Amino acid sequence: MSDDNQILEEFTSKEYEFGWTVDLEADEAPKGLNEDIIHFISAKKEEPEWLLAWRLKAFRMWQKMEEPDWANVKYPRVDYQDIKYYSAPKKSKKPKSLEEVDPELLATFERLGISLTEQKRLTGVAVDAVIDSVSVATTFKETLSELGIIFCSFSEAVQEHPELIKKHLGSVVPMTDNYFAALNSAVFSDGSFCYIPKGVRCPMELSTYFRINAANTGQFERTLIVAEEGSYVSYLEGCTAPQRDENQLHAAVVEIKAAKDAEVKYSTVQNWYPGDKNGKGGIYNFVTKRGICEGDNSKISWTQVETGSAVTWKYPSCILKGDNSQGEFYSVAVTNNYQQADTGTKMIHIGKNTKSRIVSKGISAGYSQNSYRGQVQVMKRATNARNFSQCDSLLMGDKCGAHTFPYIDIENSSAQVEHEATTSKIGEDQIFYCQQRGIDEESAVALIVNGYAKEVLNKLPMEFAVEAQKLLALTLEGSVG
Amino acid sequence: MKKFAGQSIIDKLSERFEASKPQLTSNTTIAEVRKKALNHLVENGLPHPKAEEYKFTNLTRALEKNINFELETETVSVSKEDVEKLRIKGLDAYYLTYINGEFSADFSDEVAAEGATFTPLSTAIAGDNALASKYFDKLSKSTEDAFVAMNSVLASEGAVIEVKANTVIEKPIFIQHINTRSSDVQVKNLIEIGTNAQVTVIEKVDTLGAEPGFSNVVNEIGVAAGANTKFYKIENDTPTSYHISNIHVTQAKDSRFTSNTIALDGAMVRNNLDIKLEGEGCEAYMNGLYLLHGKTHVDNHTTVDHTMPNAYSNELYKGIMDEKSRGVFNGKIFVRKDAQKTNAFQSNKNILLTDDATVNTKPQLEIWADDVKCSHGCTTGQLDKDALFYLMARGIRKDRAMAMLLHAFASDVIENLEIEPIQAYVEAIITSRLEK
Repeated sequence: MSDDNQILEEFTSKEYEFGWTVDLEADEAPKGLNEDIIHFISAKKEEPEWLLAWRLKAFRMWQKMEEPDWANVKYPRVDYQDIKYYSAPKKSKKPKSLEEVDPELLATFERLGISLTEQKRLTGVAVDAVIDSVSVATTFKETLSELGIIFCSFSEAVQEHPELIKKHLGSVVPMTDNYFAALNSAVFSDGSFCYIPKGVRCPMELSTYFRINAANTGQFERTLIVAEEGSYVSYLEGCTAPQRDENQLHAAVVEIKAAKDAEVKYSTVQNWYPGDKNGKGGIYNFVTKRGICEGDNSKISWTQVETGSAVTWKYPSCILKGDNSQGEFYSVAVTNNYQQADTGTKMIHIGKNTKSRIVSKGISAGYSQNSYRGQVQVMKRATNARNFSQCDSLLMGDKCGAHTFPYIDIENSSAQVEHEATTSKIGEDQIFYCQQRGIDEESAVALIVNGYAKEVLNKLPMEFAVEAQKLLALTLEGSVG
Repeated sequence: MKKFAGQSIIDKLSERFEASKPQLTSNTTIAEVRKKALNHLVENGLPHPKAEEYKFTNLTRALEKNINFELETETVSVSKEDVEKLRIKGLDAYYLTYINGEFSADFSDEVAAEGATFTPLSTAIAGDNALASKYFDKLSKSTEDAFVAMNSVLASEGAVIEVKANTVIEKPIFIQHINTRSSDVQVKNLIEIGTNAQVTVIEKVDTLGAEPGFSNVVNEIGVAAGANTKFYKIENDTPTSYHISNIHVTQAKDSRFTSNTIALDGAMVRNNLDIKLEGEGCEAYMNGLYLLHGKTHVDNHTTVDHTMPNAYSNELYKGIMDEKSRGVFNGKIFVRKDAQKTNAFQSNKNILLTDDATVNTKPQLEIWADDVKCSHGCTTGQLDKDALFYLMARGIRKDRAMAMLLHAFASDVIENLEIEPIQAYVEAIITSRLEK
């Protein structure tokens, strides 16, 4: 364990250089943001006229908007003119085999239990060498297309299914929704598109893992998931392995539409670069995620495990419009060192007999600040709406903070809404108990934290859950004792 | 760009300040405070509808629409019967009565208890009373709330109460406000409770007549080590009156403060309760009941700031919203880095009786210390259908059964009111409401 710790220590304290040296490609936009850049991006992606117009409209709106400052996070203002808004997939020096890869990184993978082929993909070992992965992906693609499921990159979808994109783009998160959504609408680089036709139950977890060119989707991702009547899909985003990215600002948008009787399950594990031990660097993750249960009896479920990023600003929401529709939100947010997270959800009850459930587990360690911010709104016509929210915080040490800001707005007398929140720490007696049985302190903490977060981790697809558990332990290592 | 609201009100207030300048600035220390507060108001305005703290309560607009903010000097006669009627039946207390913000010696009792002194604020300011400069705009800060600033600019009257160390005042002190004008009344009370002293203060504001009135009352209360203070606030004003109350408390080591806020009627009522626990071993209790009907809008904002270890706070707010009323609750608990071993609990429960009623609640926990026990719970719902069925199955009419259950719902808070006549007063109002 101590060896591992040392490795990990070095790994975490090291200024990361891998992937930071990029040979500049010819097709890269200059720094800054103006209409020319948007024309440039759109032309590069050979987009149809209407999409360019849409981007420009969003850009003009964005210019009039102000950056929100209500979140409980502090960070130096982002200079939006100092960012490159388009760069083609990077061709950095790719290691030829795993031997050339940073051994410390591999050690981390090992501990996370990531398979060899996966490791190769993540470290950027030339993908064509990874035959398994390719074949797996192709087989998946075939199965999916037989069922009529469309699962491809956003740019591909724009070319091949323009009518679907045109119909659904911006219908859940309008371009003017908020500052970052507007920015994303103007400059989004790529993302995923997923369409499940009527009555189809997607036979496998759709994961960005299997979309090979998803590796470099860049900083302004846009995801659109459309589930038609009676369909079901479980979608996984992100990955447990540490993601090294040189882009400081990430402003993604995710839109989900669920028609009558449809069910969408969306799981995220986010482990972007959180900055170094002193809070230098790290990713700003400003994401807008929203789903709408349009049809009756539809269901949208968000599950997230947030461990990375220096600043997180993220509120996956559900609009429960259809009668009897359901929304769920399960979240584990871990912050360590100088990380700041302001995350939570919104459940908007519009239809009758709508139900929502929120389980949020925050864990703060080091000097971090972890906030839950949520809203449960029951509109006047939403009779028999039901909500249960639970947000618990776990504090490790007296330098960190845990905050809860739940807004509960009820306009219907038949609504039943409950909210509870607790704050606690890991009991000394719990650790003592474990130690007595020969479990060392670090493992005991991991064990207790996993138990604490179990309610959420259980909601993750199985393979993901195992990795997420290890990830939690890893993120918190060294924070107790 | 900063969002600005309430320009017309601020213009009138500035005019009024200029007009009564000699009187308001006779005391140099207080004059400084007033000028600063006015500058703050002129620069920042009143709460904008988008301001987080006043998000659900657009008091600024309501005041612009309904209150004229002119200086009225016309004297009105208030009869002895009116004064008696607005008091609480069977409650033996030292009554301090203010008519339109002016102290009325005729209707007031002498605070004859040993160790307690009462001085009207105007006298205290004129006489350079130490408490005036010690507390005036000190615990509540004009920079933090525009209505505190408004109060600090214009409040010329109020009650200054000092309770000496180790004294126990048996009878409660009852501060009664009766307003008759469609203008505003600005009152500031400064209260100091000495070491190990005990006292109960009750405050009630009423309006005579159907004219819309606005009262802005600030209480600044310093509770010394080991002291025990209870504060009751009873809000049962006319349906056209606007009221904002700011109660700011600091507690020293091992002291105890209990606040009971009962909101029953009014057009729009805003209560800011702010308790700072600045010593070890403090205890703070906050009870609140809001039983609303008509178009009454009541907003309770409470803050408990735990800055020292081993302190305890317990908050219980319950609300029943009928007809088109609206209840707003925001309870903040701060637990600072040094406040280890803090126990802080908060509970907010609401019942909506109609679909036209609204509740907006935001329990808020902010914690920077790890060895603490903090929790908050919040529910909104309706009466338990099973319980209702149970009662009806035993031959109790539906409206009676509902009344019983609502009584039971409110009883947690009512039981915490330790003064029996007040309990009876609140119970009677609930009963009459429910029977309607």
